[in-house]
Amino acid sequence: MPTVYVNDKPVEIGTARLNCVQAAGLADTFVPHYCYHEALSVVASCRMCLVEVGERKPDGTVVMQPKVLPGCQTPVKDGTVVVTGDYAKRDQTQAALAYPADYVKGGQPGDRAKRAQADTLEGLLLNHPLDCPVCDKAGECKLQDYSYDYGRSESRMVDEKNQPPNKPGLSSKITLFTDRCIMCTRCVRFTREISGTAELMVNGRGHHEEIDTFPGRPLENKLAGNVVDLCPVGALGSKDFLYKQRVWYLKTVDQVCSRCSTGCSTHVDSNKDIVYRLRARENPLAQGHFMCDEGRYGYHFANSAERFVRPQVKRDGRFQPAPWAQVTPQLKQELSAAVQANARGVVAVLSPYLTVEEAFLLGSYFKGLSADVRLTLGPVPVVGEDDRYPKDVRGNAVEPTKFVIRAEKCPNRRGVEAVLTHLQGAVIPFADVAREALDALWFAGGYPEPGYAEAGIPSDWKAPALLVAQDLFPSLVTAAAKYVLPGTSSFEKEGTFVNHAGLAQSFGRAARPPVEARTELQLGYDLLGRRGLAQAAVVRAEVAGAVSWLAPLGGEVPANGVKLGD
Amino acid sequence: MPLTETDVRWVEAPKLGFWDQLYLPAMVDGLKTTLGHMFSKKITEQYPEQEPTLPPNYRGVHRLNRDEAGRVKCVACYMCATACPAHCIDIVAAPAPTEWKDREKYPETFVIDELRCIYCGMCEEACPVDAIELTTLYDLTGASREQMVFDKEKLLSVFDQTTKAGTDPVRSRAGKLGAASEPPPQ
Ligand code: SF4
Ligand code: SF4
Ligand code: SF4
Ligand code: SF4
Ligand code: FES
Repeated sequence: MPTVYVNDKPVEIGTARLNCVQAAGLADTFVPHYCYHEALSVVASCRMCLVEVGERKPDGTVVMQPKVLPGCQTPVKDGTVVVTGDYAKRDQTQAALAYPADYVKGGQPGDRAKRAQADTLEGLLLNHPLDCPVCDKAGECKLQDYSYDYGRSESRMVDEKNQPPNKPGLSSKITLFTDRCIMCTRCVRFTREISGTAELMVNGRGHHEEIDTFPGRPLENKLAGNVVDLCPVGALGSKDFLYKQRVWYLKTVDQVCSRCSTGCSTHVDSNKDIVYRLRARENPLAQGHFMCDEGRYGYHFANSAERFVRPQVKRDGRFQPAPWAQVTPQLKQELSAAVQANARGVVAVLSPYLTVEEAFLLGSYFKGLSADVRLTLGPVPVVGEDDRYPKDVRGNAVEPTKFVIRAEKCPNRRGVEAVLTHLQGAVIPFADVAREALDALWFAGGYPEPGYAEAGIPSDWKAPALLVAQDLFPSLVTAAAKYVLPGTSSFEKEGTFVNHAGLAQSFGRAARPPVEARTELQLGYDLLGRRGLAQAAVVRAEVAGAVSWLAPLGGEVPANGVKLGD
Repeated sequence: MPLTETDVRWVEAPKLGFWDQLYLPAMVDGLKTTLGHMFSKKITEQYPEQEPTLPPNYRGVHRLNRDEAGRVKCVACYMCATACPAHCIDIVAAPAPTEWKDREKYPETFVIDELRCIYCGMCEEACPVDAIELTTLYDLTGASREQMVFDKEKLLSVFDQTTKAGTDPVRSRAGKLGAASEPPPQ
């Protein structure tokens, strides 16, 4: 087995092609880096990852390179010896390698790398403004962290700092604080390699290098928001988040984006139940390292003042708020009366924005009233076509595809379909029954944009007398309803989404819903008369037991989700 | 370490003698003290007629300092709000007005609940730009809770008032130690 020695610790790397940073990672040693990113090409421009590299010969002798090398650009092979600046903190139980005498002369292994790290940071901080109090990155900034860990505490700089002007017009969503940039070119490489749109470039040389766009060609592509995540310092700022919160106040919850069927894994950052920011969470099973701007900035609907926040009942043509304690029994009673009168005239619509658990509970309730009640799949919003990246300069997709923004704008069509197939053997789209004269209709929506639901409703649709609409925003359906129940956004609930490729990801709650709103899961509990706390994990275990396709969801679902069979 | 018998020293209360049992000498002693105070220099402070002068590092009401241009010095970094153990500082940051060429961020609102504050001075310690300071203003009253919630304007007016009165010079500037600083440890 090929073995690499990191700070004397042998690690087997198997057949993987790794660089020193990755190999050190396998040995639990962290090599600081700025410009290196797994998903981007290697340029070795920041020099933060300098390590000492050598080779262990089969006879046990070690030959070391006389200079430090950038670890991100140096591949490892069998017998490679990597010594990092952290050598002094190595695992003391490992026997030290036989380093040649002239290499250790006058010091320890790792001293050179350590000095190189401190010098790199000193160089980076020469012109850096150290704006940390006003910089949005403070608290999650690699420059702060590494300066603390590897740098020196005082600056020897006596000259004026170079202060190039900021570029607030970089794009409509992103601003550049030029003086904070450390020229790692991650952002430039992202626009060339992942989005392919190549808006960003490095302008100038040496001391005068700046990130810039071509005049009149701002950074406007649908993946642009990722450069803010990629930027290891606070140079690229998201205007959407700028100065809204300091990052240490934010509570991060791992979730799944609900704005298209790619189902990107996300970090949702919230404070006091207000969502402030979404970031991509690396997930090789879902989307990789990035997410699109539609999803990233698509959380505002959850904070909208237009949302329904409490149940309402229509009396004499006007909606009036009503307490749940009154609404739930009334609903149950009217629904069972309608089912007794004509079960086939009762239809429940489960939207593809519901989680698997919610769809299962609501579906079970209606099927429990009578097997003749029909469950349908709510309108599935499709906008345009799948958008593939990278693109060439003309906007045509280039193979191999690295990121897809799907035309299907809902996160869980496949999950709801699986539940519907299990409960009634077939998936009936709502459009198929919409023209029938119905007695009662339950419309579980949760559409983040009212237009999504309306687009799936035939123009000559007639609302039945008993229409219960559960949604986030006023729409055609809620206007015609007798009962309007507040829906909850995906940030406000826990559950499981199954993406277009059958990847089931479970997530937790990032914020609490408005006080008088109840999650669809809770509503399912109430309708079924179940006792106890509404817990997605409990229902998930039931679903896994009942629906064979979803069986892998039993037990703990891994953070990256589980791939379901076809 | 457990105590041994040899570590214990027994002390007896001294026996009262004849004069001690009479109590009279002790009473005379006490009267002497009382009479002494009646005729010596008065040391009671006549507050509120007489206002005390407090040392400059007294921790009273906050102020928000102004810079040379008279603008609020605070850069809305939330350090004070983060450090405050009583959670009584509330800041809303915003991009600075475009005329402020030297600054990107400023506090749109800055509110301190003086009733909730425990006057610990952590906010002052935390501020990286010396924008918030505790003054020697201590007689703080209000007719309602709302009056005791100081907003940005009020905090700036405390600055104007205290610097004009000369009681609280701006304490530390650009890393130099000011009037209220302790001398560095020798
Ligand atoms: S980029 Fe990092 S080090 Fe630079 S000002 Fe921002 S937080 Fe501070
Ligand atoms: S803007 Fe950020 S990501 Fe781009 S080169 Fe500068 S530091 Fe790197
Ligand atoms: S003095 Fe202490 S309690 Fe009062 S505002 Fe400052 S940090 Fe908070
Ligand atoms: S610590 Fe100073 S600069 Fe920061 S918000 Fe508080 S008063 Fe303003
Ligand atoms: S991470 Fe290796 S040189 Fe930048």
